[in-house]
Amino acid sequence: MVDLRNTEADAATEGDTRKAGRMGALALWLTDDAPASRVQAQAGQAYAIARSFARNPLAMLGAFIVGLLIVVALFAPWLAPYSPVGQNLEMRLMPPSAEHWLGTDELGRDILSRIIHGARITLLIVVMVALISAPIGLLIGAVAGYFGGWVDRILMAITDVFLSLPKLIMALAFVAALGAGLQNAIIAIAITAWPAYARIARAETLTFRKSEFIAAVELQGASNLRIIGIHVLPLCMSSTIIRVTLDMAGIILTAAGLGFLGLGAQPPLPEWGAMISRGRSFILDQWWVATMPGFAIIIVSLGFCFLGDGLRDVLDPRQRDGR
Amino acid sequence: MSCALEIEGLFVRYGRDDVVRDVSFAIETGESYALVGESGSGKSTILRAIVGMARDWRGVIRVDGRDRVNRIDRQFARHCQMVFQDPYASLHPRRTVNDTLTEPLKIHGIGARDARVIAMMEDVGLDPRFRFRFPHQLSGGQRQRVAIARALMLEPKLLLLDEPTSALDVSVQAEILNLLVRLRAERDLTYLLVTHSLPVVGFLCDRLGVLRYGQLVEEAPVERLRAGTFATAYAQELYGASLGGGDRSGATVVAET
Repeated sequence: MVDLRNTEADAATEGDTRKAGRMGALALWLTDDAPASRVQAQAGQAYAIARSFARNPLAMLGAFIVGLLIVVALFAPWLAPYSPVGQNLEMRLMPPSAEHWLGTDELGRDILSRIIHGARITLLIVVMVALISAPIGLLIGAVAGYFGGWVDRILMAITDVFLSLPKLIMALAFVAALGAGLQNAIIAIAITAWPAYARIARAETLTFRKSEFIAAVELQGASNLRIIGIHVLPLCMSSTIIRVTLDMAGIILTAAGLGFLGLGAQPPLPEWGAMISRGRSFILDQWWVATMPGFAIIIVSLGFCFLGDGLRDVLDPRQRDGR
Repeated sequence: MSCALEIEGLFVRYGRDDVVRDVSFAIETGESYALVGESGSGKSTILRAIVGMARDWRGVIRVDGRDRVNRIDRQFARHCQMVFQDPYASLHPRRTVNDTLTEPLKIHGIGARDARVIAMMEDVGLDPRFRFRFPHQLSGGQRQRVAIARALMLEPKLLLLDEPTSALDVSVQAEILNLLVRLRAERDLTYLLVTHSLPVVGFLCDRLGVLRYGQLVEEAPVERLRAGTFATAYAQELYGASLGGGDRSGATVVAET
């Protein structure tokens, strides 16, 4: 019996060693079941999530598209073959060719270069809206869910008022009030985006508000600020990240919509929605002027949707077992 | 002897009904007291009122000679802590064992955290290798040890135990009960245990109170439980049910230990 157990143990050790050779020291460090530090524990957690994320091809495609958007936006001046604003009236409305891959617009500007530079504007809008609206929504939702009672009723009443108005209409109203421009478009979209996050954070908070691990920290004498900041918010985070990523597509469309109506980024900025708007006049004879930025919008929106779906599969506690 | 916990004329209300009615008892320092009763008899509710989780109560709750009030009370936290029933629900899912155990020290501004955490883990029989694991990487018994360690981090004198073993496997129940007995002896703790398992009471407690429909029907020393000679018919009935087809798991535990 003892011998048998020893053989089994030896076999297990051998297996581990072989595994170690294959996975490398880093992977072994990441999958260690007895982490030696906080950093290792969190890195291991992230590694497990990344691995299950990598198994989902659509999610990887989404991550690739979003990654491409970021790279293109960062290196736009080096990637773009022409200036995004340089006009060349002799070359106006040229179809796609070896010289101008995606053709030129009515002022002879290279459409590819404009789309590449437009990636910067799109990314700026998306990031700024997320940075403004997600923290506001999270905080309001967590506070409402944690305190309950009249705090909850007042905060949720305000949220519902914002939620009941259609996004684009409200963004239009704000831009009309604040004036057209990229900055105001970002503010307008952020104002219309936060109520959804507040609702999610509140719903999430309510699921564990009465749970014993929150009661335990309350019993230790923790302040409300500490409980919300350290114990409640991290648990709302993953569902909010998922929702923000899925909302990115909507944000891009709203921004493009504002641009199309001439209320977003102002010419000559190469904003994708504004580019479509200008191509509208030539849509029957010079289809590429409006179509190419349209493709850019669709691809990037799809990328964020795939990424969001993939993140939901790995982050959503309801779809993970026991993590 | 002074009283670790005094309860006088306690009523606790849930919604429109009083689920605890006119309950009075006192626990002396160093004593181990059990509240027993069927489900819904209000025994857990009394604990929840003491720690402030059930806010709608009347009467007097005096902990360490000070009246309990319904707000954040650091001094109360250092005197009285609670171990919850379900170790799967009482640990924050995104925080490592280390985070969970350091939290009370941070709240109270206590230093030498690493040393304290390691010492406490060893004291409750947790391998310090588990220090940076997340709860989902621990077994039920290990989780309950973490919960006990968390409750003891502030070195309280009074520990409230809400069915601390009922969510665990039988063999693990025995380990946790032995741990509780040892910790009480080493740290001069006062226990208030809530349970429906009389064998656990016999193993862990000096005195017990029997609750029925939110009222205390009998208080008795544990000897009377061992002899099976309760004064009231209801307590005797509960005793009979416990010996009968009901919950035998606790009895095995005591037999083994």
